[in-house]
Amino acid sequence: MIRISNLQKSFGKLEVLRGIDLEVARGEVVALIGPSGSGKSTLLRCVNLLEQPTAGSIVVDGEEITAPGFDVNRLRQRVGMVFQHFNLFPHMTVLRNVTLAPVLTGRLSAKDAEDRALELLARVGLRDKAAAYPDSLSGGQKQRVAIARALAMNPEVMLFDEPTSALDPEMVKEVLEVMKRLALDGMTMMVVTHEMGFAREVCDRVLFMDEGQLVEQGAPKQLFSNPQHPRTAAFLNAIL
Amino acid sequence: MRWDIIPVFVPIIFQGVKITLQISALGILFGTMIGLVVGLVRSQKPANPVLRLLYGLATLYVEVIRGTPFLVQLYLMYYGPIYLFRLDLPAMTAGIIALSLNSGAYVAEIARGAIESIDRGQMEAGRSLGLTFVQTMRHIILPQAFRRALPPLANEFASLIKESSVISVLGIADIMFKAKTVGTAHFAVFPALLVAAVYYLVLTGITSQLVRLMERRLGHSDSH
Repeated sequence: MIRISNLQKSFGKLEVLRGIDLEVARGEVVALIGPSGSGKSTLLRCVNLLEQPTAGSIVVDGEEITAPGFDVNRLRQRVGMVFQHFNLFPHMTVLRNVTLAPVLTGRLSAKDAEDRALELLARVGLRDKAAAYPDSLSGGQKQRVAIARALAMNPEVMLFDEPTSALDPEMVKEVLEVMKRLALDGMTMMVVTHEMGFAREVCDRVLFMDEGQLVEQGAPKQLFSNPQHPRTAAFLNAIL
Repeated sequence: MRWDIIPVFVPIIFQGVKITLQISALGILFGTMIGLVVGLVRSQKPANPVLRLLYGLATLYVEVIRGTPFLVQLYLMYYGPIYLFRLDLPAMTAGIIALSLNSGAYVAEIARGAIESIDRGQMEAGRSLGLTFVQTMRHIILPQAFRRALPPLANEFASLIKESSVISVLGIADIMFKAKTVGTAHFAVFPALLVAAVYYLVLTGITSQLVRLMERRLGHSDSH
């Protein structure tokens, strides 16, 4: 589904990604973990070209998205993204937040988009908040709306950039619950997270990144209980 | 002091209100249009060389307008075309162009500030959903920026109405011109100016009330 080869990204002199090779299969759920500044978020943001890679290639569903002249808008319609700070549109109702992109991109008529949005909102348990404005929602509710908004485009891949890091502890669970169901439904997911419980329970594979490199990867059980690399061991020791 | 002359002045100077309203309304209209375009151009420094040039020109325009007195701009606009192209611009036209260009620079700075004040995540969220830059600007960034721009815009519109009095030096029969002429003719400049002041106060008062009303109707777009 996603094949990343020798991906590099620099901001000026700062090398954030130093040659990442990674494949994610269709329906696979991978967690990206690692200390802050390790390049996890940048890697994720390269996959939908919110960051333009400096070198290397990314192939999504057989198409090289890093090729010059590739239509980024079409790519992004297939790759959903959920942000740490939700980034809901505050001047629109919850419903409009979810229907906006499918209608503007011409995928669905206004009526169909609304039906689909209500169905998605029901799926994240917020059908009754359709007419509310984001201001009036809790952090957990906002993030669930953001997930519904991304799903409204029927993406083949979902990227989650620390989706629970800005939430109060009691709201983390409701968001992870929604993500877990999504994973069970067969969605291909890349999740940057500090929730080791989620990584262990839901993800097929855990990738440990440090200083712009993929240091170690493996099944959650194996990586958590028996890390091979000393940096992985040190990181897990520090947070678990 | 001849207070009794005031009732005579009130209707005469009122004739100027229509002209002041006309030039101000046109100044606000064109100034806002210029300001929106220039503000958009100035809201992000582009990499593309053509857009880069446009950005430079927009910056130059804003700096020149903000760095020179309106009176000088007005005379330049009035005498410039005759001097350079033998084009005799009517005073009214020159006045409205000068006022629009002047206001445009200030509106541009307001627009730029408002656009830049919208969280970067809003643009990213729009783009991540597959919307184009223009769609994201139009449906997500600008509506929020507009709401934030309203209070400073109200200020700008009020100051444009006041500034429009300068145009009277070209002999345009606005509030200020009427007050000066009728006051001089009756040897009662002070009462005439008082009447003019009240008219300006009413016009700017109405303008800020209108903008405040608009703000309230757009209630829902400020916080995240």
